[in-house]
Amino acid sequence: MASLVGSRVERKEDKRFLTGKGRYTSDINIVNQTYAIFIRSPHARAKIKKIDTSKASKAPGVVDILTGEHIAKDKIGGLIAGWAIRSEDGSEMKCPANPPLAKDNVNFVGDPIAVVFAETLDEAKAAAELVKVDYKILKAVTSLADTMKSETIHEGIDKNMCYDWLLGDRQKVKEAFDKADKIIKLDITNNRLIPNAMEPRACVVDYNTASEEITCYTTSQNPHLSRLIMSAFGGVTPENKLRVVAPDVGGGFGSKINLYNEEIVCSWAAKKIERPIKWVAERTESFLTDTHGRDHITHAELAVTNDGKFLGFKNETIANLGAYARVFGTVTPTYLFGPCATGVYVMPAAYTNVKAVYTNTAPVDAYRGAGRPEATYTIERIVDKAAIELGMDPIEIRMKNFPTEFPFKQTLVHQVDSGDYVGGLNKAKEMSDYDGFATRKKESESKGKLRGIGVTTYFEACGIAPSPVVMMLGCGVGLWESAEVRFNPTGQVTVYTGSHSHGQSHETTFAQIAADELGVPIENIDVVHGDTDKGTFGMGTYGSRSLAVGGIAIVNACKKIVTKGKKIAAKMLEASEEDVEFKDGEFVVSKSNKKKTIGEVAFASYLPGVRDEVKSPLPEGEEPGLVESSFFDPANFSFPAGSHICEVEIDPETGEVKLDKYTAVDDFGTIVNPLIVEGQVHGGLAQGIGQALYENAQYDQTGQLITASYMDYTMPRADNFPEFNIGYTCTKATTNPLGVKGCGEAGTIAATPTVMNAVINALGGREISLPATAEKVWKACKENKKSKAEAA
Amino acid sequence: MKTFNYHSAKDVKEASKLASSSSAFLAGGMTTIPSMKLGLASYKDIINIKNIKKLSGIKVTSKNVTIGATTKHVEVANSKEIKKALPSLASLAEGIGDPQVRNRGTIGGSIANNDPAADYPSACIALNAIIHTNNRKIDAENFFRGMFETCLKKTEIIEAIEFEIPQKSSYQKLPNPASRYAVVGVYVAKHKTGINVAVTGAKACVYNDKDLAGALKKDFSSSAIDKVKILSSGMNSDIHASADYRANMVKVFAKKAVDAC
Repeated sequence: MASLVGSRVERKEDKRFLTGKGRYTSDINIVNQTYAIFIRSPHARAKIKKIDTSKASKAPGVVDILTGEHIAKDKIGGLIAGWAIRSEDGSEMKCPANPPLAKDNVNFVGDPIAVVFAETLDEAKAAAELVKVDYKILKAVTSLADTMKSETIHEGIDKNMCYDWLLGDRQKVKEAFDKADKIIKLDITNNRLIPNAMEPRACVVDYNTASEEITCYTTSQNPHLSRLIMSAFGGVTPENKLRVVAPDVGGGFGSKINLYNEEIVCSWAAKKIERPIKWVAERTESFLTDTHGRDHITHAELAVTNDGKFLGFKNETIANLGAYARVFGTVTPTYLFGPCATGVYVMPAAYTNVKAVYTNTAPVDAYRGAGRPEATYTIERIVDKAAIELGMDPIEIRMKNFPTEFPFKQTLVHQVDSGDYVGGLNKAKEMSDYDGFATRKKESESKGKLRGIGVTTYFEACGIAPSPVVMMLGCGVGLWESAEVRFNPTGQVTVYTGSHSHGQSHETTFAQIAADELGVPIENIDVVHGDTDKGTFGMGTYGSRSLAVGGIAIVNACKKIVTKGKKIAAKMLEASEEDVEFKDGEFVVSKSNKKKTIGEVAFASYLPGVRDEVKSPLPEGEEPGLVESSFFDPANFSFPAGSHICEVEIDPETGEVKLDKYTAVDDFGTIVNPLIVEGQVHGGLAQGIGQALYENAQYDQTGQLITASYMDYTMPRADNFPEFNIGYTCTKATTNPLGVKGCGEAGTIAATPTVMNAVINALGGREISLPATAEKVWKACKENKKSKAEAA
Repeated sequence: MKTFNYHSAKDVKEASKLASSSSAFLAGGMTTIPSMKLGLASYKDIINIKNIKKLSGIKVTSKNVTIGATTKHVEVANSKEIKKALPSLASLAEGIGDPQVRNRGTIGGSIANNDPAADYPSACIALNAIIHTNNRKIDAENFFRGMFETCLKKTEIIEAIEFEIPQKSSYQKLPNPASRYAVVGVYVAKHKTGINVAVTGAKACVYNDKDLAGALKKDFSSSAIDKVKILSSGMNSDIHASADYRANMVKVFAKKAVDAC
């Protein structure tokens, strides 16, 4: 039987998604359900003086109106930061309370303060308009650069600072800088992004008055984790009385990691009002209240020798947490960011210092790549700047500083198990026809256009897991993953995974793995996920961890199945266990033609006796059935890496940037399904390019989000992209049996600096901030023209 | 969305009769429906005019292109006759919004709404259009009054737009990357009787740039435009483009349009 790992198996999910048969949260309706509308703060910072619901509660169809007072009275807990980060001085981070409904203060536009439940959606909306809220408006803190000097948003949190964190050795860096021939300096802003999952957030909650069970259907990347937080921290109901189901989910990109206010409120309220509740975000609510991404200001310095060797690096960053610290909010700009700050390079000394601060804006949390895009953007931009200042080719300077031996002890934290950075960059150079750039540049110039080429080499730490490591770093939970593999008596297999698929195609990829391990046709394998009542437990999908952690739990559970199956087969075949081999779905007695298929063995395991022609007594001490589970906790993160090269063409008259060529060569270790991996790479590139050229979340001085619709927030479209030229190199991960590394975030990590390096290259090295919009580029072209004229 | 009465008119007369100060005509609904959903507009009566056959269709003669008010952008973009007689207009329609908008949005809706960044108003000005309504004919230059404002009366329905076929013409725009509306759009048309340079997106309302037209009258070349000074005063300024950039882009896109004529 040919191995399925490595083949372009078409997605099992496509039939239902392409025929409109997907079942999303908002497709779920429960008899007698009420509709929820949240009353949200229109102000970025204010005190709530009074909420008057008297008129609204008499409006037609209103079932109930609940406020922050009610939720506080019922002692329902708030939203939490999942990672405790310590400051350089050893002090604990400072996090404000974040009640599900604000009672006293609101801290960003969209902060929910009350909720209306009514018989119809229109009635809920009409009643919500009648709720009168008396606010005392306070001055909003919105400028990231000035936050530490601004008024204190949360009582007791000085300078609005959550922590002042350090990774690395300042003294060693100072010594390295003292020896340098040249110090390259760079000031950059990593622009704020809004994740914009296609499906807006939603939840449908049902409370069973007899069993006292709450079922919460929700748009989550990690239903098990949501259940844990809602029970342990929210105190909504004990875990055994709470079922969280994340059915088909239309994209997350990190924004659906968090448990949100609405899920806690609706779960608590469904029990209180004894009616099912349905809430579906409108797009404006998504813009305002989904966690946002990035938003850093960074000053970086790179110490180099005249021949382009790196000696030391420092990164001083202010990271915006928004109004509150959420699940991955505090770790994204620290342990997901800091260790990758030195990029793929041998860097004798380095440190990263991050001051994370609160502002009166939407909470900022993990967004595809989470910390690694910000880190990679900084190092890849400063390396290019070094190349310009030293008069070196961008590929040459990178090659000069690559590690060539693996495992590679990266400067700040990671022990990178495998990689081939030289091979990857050489392949990208060849695939992109790097050497032909000069000719293409001339062609562009003959049409009055500018052409630039950009290079990025990256590595990232994903497959986020090792529980002992993450817990030591401050994570509030272990990040293992679990799986259960269940043979039915008639031979089909159900795989339960704690990972969650919201676009990643686990139903296909995981089935491929199980098919190979068990020798069962892929058609006979179903993958079940997203329901805390189905399967064991899980920590969810983010940080490109599903395959490298969740997938391996499946492999290990399958191996347990085979081990047990072998014992049963040996008994059935009247052979000793040592003589039985398992291959391609069959248990074969060596040097004989005696064999049993795994299906026969499964059947036997459920009929452990002798009757008529059925003769399948179990080996002594063996339990009936063929079901196994596994919890996998890898020894380390996995470390994908790659080299991306792109070319842009700029019209200097208008400043419009056309992305003309894009080559991505990535090393994801073993690739299970190249079709799906290509999709992941394409999507990641689209978002990374989006950050470079189009997307930009902007607040005004009063804290109003002025890019709260698709008329103003530029989502990239298919016609913004050239055909992507995708290639791979492969060095297998040594920390898991499949050798897989993770591919979900690579595109977003690499694309932003690649495109910006190309734009800046086209502009003759002139700095430009993210995103490179037409007007900014036009101005840069004008400046260049002016300086040229002045020089002449 | 607030509740409303829905009517489907069988002819223009009925539609006009149903109209009041608290009604809206519904054709493509590309602006009306989102405005209602967002609570920016509410109406007592919505009068669907899509089923009035007379309002849809394309007629091309040697001198004119006449397009029914409820004709969709996609129909204009794909019309073989328009592509032949007035290709600049077909290409304008092809560049509106996205496929979803082009499949529903209508020419009458676009000009009745008179969004300052809409594409069609520039075509009306550049191509000396006559707007036919149920009770009069209006010259384009008198039709557009200001931001989202036209001279249409509440019960008045646009029936068709009659464009004059010029000797040469081209529409060039810098699309807003988010919405694909025009940040700046310039429609240059050279008629036997004169030259129009209609500019959309740049100011509160579409306008005919007399300075540019004057320069082109003397010398119909893009280099003639170089000498014209475009002031940024009165230009729109928003998060997508400053007034200064827009002023410069008027010139750049006027040149592009002349070169493409």
